[in-house]
Order: sequence, then structure tokens, then C-alpha cells
Amino acid sequence: MTAKKFWSWFAVFVAAFYFIVPLLATLEFSMRMRRGTYSFDAYRSVFADQRFVSTFSYSVVMALITIAIGALLIVPTAYWVRLRMPYLRPVVEFVTLLPLVVPAIVIIFGYLRLYNSSSWLPLTNTETGSNALLVFGFMTMSLPYMYRAVDTAMRTIDVAVLTEAAESLGASWPTILFRCIFPNVLTGVLSGAFITFAIAVGEFTMPSLLNRPAFGPYLALIGANKAYEPPALAMIAFAMTWVSIILINITTRLQKGAAGAR
Amino acid sequence: MAATQPLLNRRLITDWLGIAPFAIFAIMFLIAPTVYLVSGAFLDPNGNLTLQNLIDLFQPNILAAYIISIKVSAASALGGAIIGFGLAAAISLGGLPSWLRSAVLTFCGVASNFAGVPLAFAFLSTLGRLGLVTIILRDVFGFNLYATGFNLLSFLGLTLTYMYFQIPLMVLIITPALDGLKREWSEAASVLGATTWQYWRMVVIPILWPSVFGTLLLLFANAFGAVATAVALTGSSLNIVPIVLFAQIRGDVLHNPNLGYAVAFGMVVITGISNFIYIWLRMRAERWQK
Repeated sequence: MTAKKFWSWFAVFVAAFYFIVPLLATLEFSMRMRRGTYSFDAYRSVFADQRFVSTFSYSVVMALITIAIGALLIVPTAYWVRLRMPYLRPVVEFVTLLPLVVPAIVIIFGYLRLYNSSSWLPLTNTETGSNALLVFGFMTMSLPYMYRAVDTAMRTIDVAVLTEAAESLGASWPTILFRCIFPNVLTGVLSGAFITFAIAVGEFTMPSLLNRPAFGPYLALIGANKAYEPPALAMIAFAMTWVSIILINITTRLQKGAAGAR
Repeated sequence: MAATQPLLNRRLITDWLGIAPFAIFAIMFLIAPTVYLVSGAFLDPNGNLTLQNLIDLFQPNILAAYIISIKVSAASALGGAIIGFGLAAAISLGGLPSWLRSAVLTFCGVASNFAGVPLAFAFLSTLGRLGLVTIILRDVFGFNLYATGFNLLSFLGLTLTYMYFQIPLMVLIITPALDGLKREWSEAASVLGATTWQYWRMVVIPILWPSVFGTLLLLFANAFGAVATAVALTGSSLNIVPIVLFAQIRGDVLHNPNLGYAVAFGMVVITGISNFIYIWLRMRAERWQK
């Protein structure tokens, strides 16, 4: 028993060493900017850079649009499949898992071929079109997580009974969807939303190949040209990931609580 | 009968109308782009059917890219799976305090998402030429890491870096499976006189192998499709498949668009096969997790 405990502690310590050393090294490196002493100059320089603010807010806006459109597409679909077309569930689930099979770089390659300036739908010609393609790309990447989260939340409510109750009270379809179904699966939508946010804000491949001024390509650009700002940015990104994971954990706990109360 | 027929049809039409937005989205932005690339892999520039593009994948520089990609993905998946399993077993079965368990799991949630460009920065600050570990090894232990031929922009460096998100992913997926091992099973085994080794060989491994092997494949596909870390870490100095494809999309470096489609097709085949086996094994494994 003590041997088992010893090896368990040993495993945790080895893993902690591997995981904490790069973080310490990154922190240390990011503070080396002023010669001979540690300082937060690199962080000051990062926050002072106009492009940091503009690319970051661009990515945040794109992520929020992705979440809004994604929720508006996924929730009614998951609802409809559960209510009216249960025989389609395996097909829909298969489609939502496809983005795990097809890497993001391949999907965006396909977009650039199908929707380029000489195609039938030249989305890449305009700024708005490229932004739309980026949003659709983010939606595709987050599809497996978003659909799963919403569908799991929907499992805990009786869709058919809720719909019949609302219908017999004279509710219209929009009322049923937005005042009955949406509030009931809100925790699922939220946990899907945080994952989408984490994916979209840091994503490099898609915005880079679409030439969008997003945060991921900006990070890569800084990495190629500066010395002390990249580790500072890595620490900031790590902190942001930490925040979104904590938010995901809180919403899943809420979801579990809601499911348990039923 | 004649009266119910149109009613049925109307219901069928609303059924399909309800699913139409999703269907249109999936076809336009997921299925059509993939099908376009895959079919392009089988066409020559004039639109005739050919297998030449797939044969051309075996030219030395593309083949080398596939081989090093597969090697990095396999090594980081294997390393991630072994270490991740050890860590998961420690927090699940090792009798450690419960705060440690939830701390490890939360940290794994963060680290498995800490990929892409920032991860490359972190490892450059650690094991790059001026990284903290490199400097400490040199100044304190008198050991010059880079004199041994080590390079972060290499097979070993990339594998070490990828393991930073592979290990946590393994922990997150395999811990529920380890938690699913019922205490009664180990008690029953020891009552029947089994040694610990026999219990693991005859009970634990047969139950867990679909989860472990399936997760291994998921980790493999995960590393194989990773673009951002590789690009940020190595620029384009290391010849791996995602970087080749990235450069090809940027500016037709292979001088043959259809060969580019074939490179993409090869990627889909490799990640596709490993993911399909993963999903299938996962369905098998879930029988024991109820």
C-alpha cells in the first residue's frame, strides 16, 4: 500500500516537473527584457502595441459571432432531430464528428478552392466574405463540441412534452424555441460557447490562410520578429486558457446540478 | 386515404425544412470542400481521372514529410499515452488526496488546450538556445545541450513539445475509464486468490485496452493535424506534412495543384482511419463505463 502511494506521488512529481518547468522558463524569459534585472517591460510592450489590441478584439468579435450563429444553428437542429426525426440522429452525429476527422488545414484548403475569386461564390473577394468564411470555419471546427454539449443538455429535458405543453397553450414555433427550449439548454450552449471561444481566439491556420488580421497570425508574426514579447504573450495566452477552462468547469457543474435536480 | 396522403407529405416537408439550415451548412462548409479536395486528388490538371497524384506522393521529399510526421505523431502519442496513463492511474487508483486529483484534472484541462503558437513560445523559452533549461544546464552543470546535437526544431524537440498537450489529453480521457474499474472486481479477484499482476492481466487490461488503444489513436491524429505549433516552432525548416500543405496553400510550392489535393487527401486518410477506429473502440469501451 505504501509502495503504491510512493509511486503515485512519484508519478505526480515527475509530471509536475515536466509541466511546470516550461511555464517557469517562459515567465523567466519574458522578464529578461531589461538587462541585468527582472522586469515586466515585455508585458508593457505587448499591451502598448496597437496591433495586440486590434487583432485580439478582432478575434474576440469573430469568436462571439461564431458562438451566436453556431447556437442559432445547432440548438434548433438538435431539437428538431430529437422531436421529429430521431431516425436521422446517427447521420447528424456522424456529420458533427467529421471535423475531428478532417484537419482544419484541409477544410480551409477546400474553402480557398471552392470560394475563391474565380468560383461561383467568390467569398474571398470581399472583406465581409472572408470574415464570413472565417466564421463558418470556426463553426465547423467547434461543431463536434457544440453539438455534443447541446445534445447532452437536451437529453435531460423531455423535448416532446415541453413542446406539446407549449403548443396546447397556443405558443408559436419561435416562442417554443426561444422561450422554452433555449433557456432549458442554456448551460449546454454556454459550455459549448467557451470551448468555441478558446478554439477561435487562438486559432492560427484558418485566419492566416484567409489573410485575416486575427490574434493567432499576430502571435506568429511577433514570434518571428521579437525576442521577449513572445514568452510574455504565451503567459497571457496561458492565463486566458486557464480562465476559460474554469468557466467551462463552472457551467458543467451547473449542468450536472440541473440534471441531478430533475 | 386520399385525404391523409397530402397531410403526410406536408409533415414530411416541414420535417426536412427544419433540418435544412444545418444540412446546407454542413454540405457547403464541411462536406463539399472535403469532397472537392478528395476528388481533385484523383484528377490531372485537365480533369481526367488519374492515380498519378497518389503515386507522386511517394516522391522523396513528400514521402519524407509523411514519414517524419508519422514518426513525431506516433512518438508523442505513445509517450503521451504511457506517461498520461501513469499519471491517471496515480490520481485515480493511487490513494492520493482528492484536492490533488481535482487540481491535476483542472490543470490537464488547461494544458490540453494550451497548444498552437503560445506552446511553441513556451518551449523556445525553455529548451531554445537561450532557454532557461539550456542555460541552467550549461552554467550550473557544465553541460552544453546543443553540443550534443540536440535541436528543438527536430524530431526529438517536436515530440517533447507535442507531449505537453498529449499527456493531459490522455489523462482527461482515460481517468473516467480507470474510475470505472469497480472496487468489487479487485476484491473478487483477491478473494479468488489472484495476485495483483494476475488481476491487471486478466481483468484490468481486457477492460481497458479499447480505451487505451483508442485514445492512443486519437492522440496520433491530434498530433498529425497540428499545424500552428509546428509552424511557429520551426518556421518552415522542418519538413512535416502540415507545413508542406501550409506552404502549398500559400503558394503552390509543389507546382501542381492536384498534387496538393493529394497531400491533403493523404492527411484525411491517416487522421480519418485513426479517428474511425478510435470512435469504434470508444463505443466498445463505453459498455464498461455505465
